[in-house]
Amino acid sequence: MTVSISALADDLARPDHQPDEILLAFTHALRGAGVPVTPDRGQAFLDAAAAVGADDATAVRVAGRATLCGSPDDLARFDQVFVEFFDHRTVLPRRRDVPPRAPAPTSLPLSDETGDGDGREDADEDVVRAAASAVERLRHRDVADLSAGERERLNALLAGLPVRPPLRRVARHEPWRRGTLDARRTLRDSLRRAGEPGRVAWRRRAVRPRRVVLLVDVSGSMAPYADALLRLAHRLTSGCAAGAAGGGRVETFALGTRLTHLTRAMRLRDPERALVAAGDAVPDWSGGTRLGETLQAFDRRWGRRGLARGAVVVVLSDGWERGDCTLLAEQVARLQRASHRLVWVNPHRGKAGYQPVQAGVRAVLPFVDDFVAGHSVATFAALLRIVEGDRRA
Amino acid sequence: MTTPDAGALDVPTPDAVAERLASTGYLTDPDLATVVFLALRLQRPVLLEGEPGTGKTALAEALAQSFGLPLVRLQCYEGIDATQALYDWDFPRQILHLRALEAAGAVRGEQSVADAEKSLYDERFLLARPVLAALQQSPAVLLVDEVDRADDEFEAFLLEVLSTYQVSIPELGTVAAATPPLVVLTSNRTRELHDALKRRCLYHWIDHPGLEREVAIVRSRAPEVSETLARQVVGVVQGLRDDALSLEKPPGVAETLDWARALQQLGATELDLEVGARTLGALVKYREDGEKVRHALDQVLRS
Repeated sequence: MTVSISALADDLARPDHQPDEILLAFTHALRGAGVPVTPDRGQAFLDAAAAVGADDATAVRVAGRATLCGSPDDLARFDQVFVEFFDHRTVLPRRRDVPPRAPAPTSLPLSDETGDGDGREDADEDVVRAAASAVERLRHRDVADLSAGERERLNALLAGLPVRPPLRRVARHEPWRRGTLDARRTLRDSLRRAGEPGRVAWRRRAVRPRRVVLLVDVSGSMAPYADALLRLAHRLTSGCAAGAAGGGRVETFALGTRLTHLTRAMRLRDPERALVAAGDAVPDWSGGTRLGETLQAFDRRWGRRGLARGAVVVVLSDGWERGDCTLLAEQVARLQRASHRLVWVNPHRGKAGYQPVQAGVRAVLPFVDDFVAGHSVATFAALLRIVEGDRRA
Repeated sequence: MTTPDAGALDVPTPDAVAERLASTGYLTDPDLATVVFLALRLQRPVLLEGEPGTGKTALAEALAQSFGLPLVRLQCYEGIDATQALYDWDFPRQILHLRALEAAGAVRGEQSVADAEKSLYDERFLLARPVLAALQQSPAVLLVDEVDRADDEFEAFLLEVLSTYQVSIPELGTVAAATPPLVVLTSNRTRELHDALKRRCLYHWIDHPGLEREVAIVRSRAPEVSETLARQVVGVVQGLRDDALSLEKPPGVAETLDWARALQQLGATELDLEVGARTLGALVKYREDGEKVRHALDQVLRS
């Protein structure tokens, strides 16, 4: 491989490719690699490349990073595509020349096997039970052993769960009927009457939605629950966004052998599309867990910067940690200190005769504010009430 | 692709930008210099992200100093709104003014009432907040610090100002900048900024500098620190940023400078364990980190 843009230089010499065309083709390749390149960004890139000179490979690279990227993830992808595009080519790449992404499953692993045998029973129930009581029963069923039909109805139940974002008091005030004196507004009002004193205005401390951070374990041991938990995450995301005062933010992360940011996927309106997008984003479905390390990665990349600060942090995991749990305990303690409230949801907690005997669970329990079950729609609803907290806090 | 720049903001090449910044003691890498160059040429804001203490805010200060422009700083915080960023009317003074007119008997008849009203919304009663101030003083450097702390609505508002570089005040008219200010936005990534705002900006991620550059930065920012000490300090700090050590908060360049200065204040010309341990408070700010760093320091100095 010679020094990068030689391919571009070759192409420049040929009459059929304008430099702009080549750069635009590059933006297409970049979009294929998952960087959200919009036409105006493409235009900005062309302008920037022209300003630094399109024959200077390093400068074009910097111009591209500045105009086409918007986050550290984008930067990493950009560099990959840039090398691919300009180093190895002598002809202009076609669309299929987009560098292949890590293979990701396109749909979530639904563990239908575990629901085996339930199908028959389900059919019987449909005949005898009244619809309302069937729904009530479904609310309390463990989501891990449902048939496909039940699963569909469960999804509808999940999508209908009432969500209200948790609130926090902020430094600013809002007009209110009573409370403390609002001198500024009183004065402003009197100005309207040429300085004649008029009604006294009052104010109170305003409230805003509090941030919610969801950390969803997608490792192998949690696979039967991953689908339902992500649907719950989606419900929470859309429910909080629809709330008053601009809506609260819900950040979702998948914990596996590595950390994946799922907020963007969860913001898609349609739950099915959101789940497919999440499936595409997570490279390690049903893999192993390294809870301690992944939580540390979360802390380094997001928590430390303030994402967890003052937020309601919900960890949805069975706490299954291989080997030493010191790091896990350390990280959970840290998370608890940074957050407003730390909720740990364990699907197994709701099962009869459950004892927190696993080393991972025992390590984190001292630092967890709420340790709750999460295996059925009813427990999910209870979880949402806990997340909501005191509404006038 | 040349735009009619004011002479003050015209630089021929990215290297010239780097040189100018270096003259103020701010050492940049070629990438950042190119981004700043592009910002000047394309008249776009620069969005800087990166670890705390890597010199995001310092860049704006250095730019203002090197181009001899006023620096207008808008510190963002939760709940900031347009009246704190753009302008506000000085109500108490307006009322005083009105009372003064009344006392002087100036407000009689319809004509004079209209005049009195008009005189209320005069520029002298206008409190120019940072964004308006930057437009009025243009060319200027406008630093929008920690924009990730502001709310979403505020971002939309910023976007509007940053795309037109003008502000309309209903009572007065439109204030537009003769030369668009050079805008630097910084973010600590506590949340993802809105894509529309990012699209408007040139994006750059500032990383921790390499060994040589960081030594040069210490030498240029704190010339009183000896070369040997600077080199030792930077060597230790670079080691501390290693992920394997897993500090709660790895020290940034700002902490390196603090530590070097602290050591120098104590009269140290070389780093030794005793004085190093005593001044650790300048370098690490977590109790858990203190232990790890003391241990690492011990190892480095023994080898």
